[in-house]
Amino acid sequence: MIESAASPPPRPTASPFPHRHLLGIAGLHPHEISWLLDEAEQWIGFNRLAAKHDDRLAGLTMINAFFENSTRTLLSFEIAGKRLGADVVNMAVAQSSVKKGETLIDTAVTLNAMHADVIVIRHDASGAVQLIADKVDCPVLNAGDGRHEHPTQALLDALTIRRRKGQIAGLTVAICGDVLHSRVARSNILLLTSLGADVRVVGPPTLLPAGIEGMGVSRHVDFEAGLDGADVVMMLRLQRERMEGGFVPSPREYHALYGLTPERLSKAAPNALVMHPGPMNRGVEIASSVADDIDRSAITEQVEMGVAVRMACLDVLTRARRGIEGWA
Amino acid sequence: MTPLAILNGRLVRSDGIAEGGVLIKNRQIATTGQFEIPANADIIDAKGGLIAPGLVDLCSFAIDIPAFVAGGITRAGLMPDQSPPLDHAALIQRAGQAGKPHVWISPIAAATRGLEGLELAELGLMKAAGAAAIATGRHWIPDSGVMYRLMAYAAALDLMLISHAEDSGLVRNAVATDSEIATRLGLASAPARAEAIAVARDIALAEETGARIHFRKLSTAAAFDLVRSAKTRGLRVTCGTTPAYLLLSDLAIGNFRTFTRLSPPLREEADRQATLAALADGTIDVLCSGHDPQGPEAKRLPFADAAPGMAGAETLLTLSLGLVRDGLVDIPRLFTLLSANPADLLGVPGHRLEVGAEADLIIVDPEKPWRIVGEELAASAGNTPFDGLPVQGKVLQTIKGGQPVG
Repeated sequence: MIESAASPPPRPTASPFPHRHLLGIAGLHPHEISWLLDEAEQWIGFNRLAAKHDDRLAGLTMINAFFENSTRTLLSFEIAGKRLGADVVNMAVAQSSVKKGETLIDTAVTLNAMHADVIVIRHDASGAVQLIADKVDCPVLNAGDGRHEHPTQALLDALTIRRRKGQIAGLTVAICGDVLHSRVARSNILLLTSLGADVRVVGPPTLLPAGIEGMGVSRHVDFEAGLDGADVVMMLRLQRERMEGGFVPSPREYHALYGLTPERLSKAAPNALVMHPGPMNRGVEIASSVADDIDRSAITEQVEMGVAVRMACLDVLTRARRGIEGWA
Repeated sequence: MTPLAILNGRLVRSDGIAEGGVLIKNRQIATTGQFEIPANADIIDAKGGLIAPGLVDLCSFAIDIPAFVAGGITRAGLMPDQSPPLDHAALIQRAGQAGKPHVWISPIAAATRGLEGLELAELGLMKAAGAAAIATGRHWIPDSGVMYRLMAYAAALDLMLISHAEDSGLVRNAVATDSEIATRLGLASAPARAEAIAVARDIALAEETGARIHFRKLSTAAAFDLVRSAKTRGLRVTCGTTPAYLLLSDLAIGNFRTFTRLSPPLREEADRQATLAALADGTIDVLCSGHDPQGPEAKRLPFADAAPGMAGAETLLTLSLGLVRDGLVDIPRLFTLLSANPADLLGVPGHRLEVGAEADLIIVDPEKPWRIVGEELAASAGNTPFDGLPVQGKVLQTIKGGQPVG
């Protein structure tokens, strides 16, 4: 039996984000997601200043371990880390011993021994980031693992939508294209359904994964029906090697059936927002006239939100290490 | 040899359970039931435990003596997926000797050279060297022409062909079954129907050629329906499964647990239920372990990169006894699935509690509680998806050829 003291001890303040790592959207509560988005808001204005430097991560080592090629995401994380004052090191796979047959766990142990304070990982195998996170002492941020999750992309998409549309609950979002191979789609489905959006996946049957309805979305193989009345149209990238007969017959057939053109976009709600995680295949999944329509396309804004979201994530995940009160 | 008397047990016979003991003379069962104990006999007190035939594990991927002894396995069919593959008479002969004296190995020959699924291996010579059956190995043979000639040839030699039933065009690089869980985890997956498609073709070719075919591990409702219907038509078609497909669905993959990466992959719950039904109605002929120990170098990897397979030899009996408690089968039927049927398929006599049979026996406490802990298993690796599971039933003593082992 527990002895009761005269007055109860002060309750520990619950951290608004009680997670060591950010491995995925799965496992996050809606209020935690909203809180992260609020945290990101403060960096948007900051990033628009001429002098944009903060020292809160000064002295901390941030390693970007990218086992899969990336230009945009790597750059976005690197800028985010540098703006917060971290010492940022990039480990590209071409220079790493992974090519020499070292196992992922040995690589993780090596990174850990270098006393990294936060590690950002991208890997082409689903679950690989979790495997590393289990072996290191510092926070790990998933920058994309296989087809599994890409949480910062979903957060930046949500931030973009929230700023343009005011809120996420009640919106109809159509996620269109290669859902099968897309971690962006999975993280977005988890996040948007969690915040109360009505999510549809739209694409050719060969690119829609089995059992996707179980994630709380509706499935459409007819593009125009899937777009009907949508408030947000989120296009996905179709990789070149998948449009040459393996999953769809050809790029031009794909464009004819599933390319977002101004005519197709007119099926969506008036002022529907157009998004794309990039890099785009112009003329395949999206027509240039749509991608470049400043009234409808939020594509460059997504990139801007990406830096703010990643700054917020780096800040939040390192608070315990930095000894911030309430985060120990 | 000194006679050995095992007393105070419950004898597991094909038609029921009887109180009594077993007297062993000259490596053979001399008497069962109640008997006069010879003055010079060694005595083992079974203390009310089951006295049952040793298990015959139809398809193991490794010769793992400590695991076999701990699991009560006295004979194992060895899959041809060795290094090098068992596609030559000399390799068959050597493999046949590899387990003695504790466990007898029935080598299963590679049906095609190098297990590549292209050219017939020397099946006749390997049969003469002791091959108990032939197998396609870990993979299906996609070329129907090769499979047709193989089965016609095997039929003439009266060799049973053991097939792995997964259509390779559908499966490709899949590591899971099409389902919500595979989609959530972002794992490459294939339709469960890949199994039935493979079974349908192989049954059609068996009907065409008269060959005997055994499906090593089946796991889906559609495949069991095909086997059921083939049996009613009188075809020589049999099938097996492992406890994993009876007890786990793909939900067990959880957060990328590589110990649950199996081949075929774990299925959805409806197929697990169908596997239980197929066990209960007699469609399934054999329960096997699929013993495939894989060390951390093959399992501590991202899920899709990890090797498939589980260490199953030591847990085969204890997990199967759970099926008895669940009322799916009774104990005599269980040992038909674990001993008599696989022995018959391998063409070896005995493996029943009958006078004159080789004295390969086990004494089992069917209630004894313990916990499966991968790292504590006797197997050469502890990759079991049942790690941490509390279970009941343990082999107390394995007796091979009248000699206690282990």
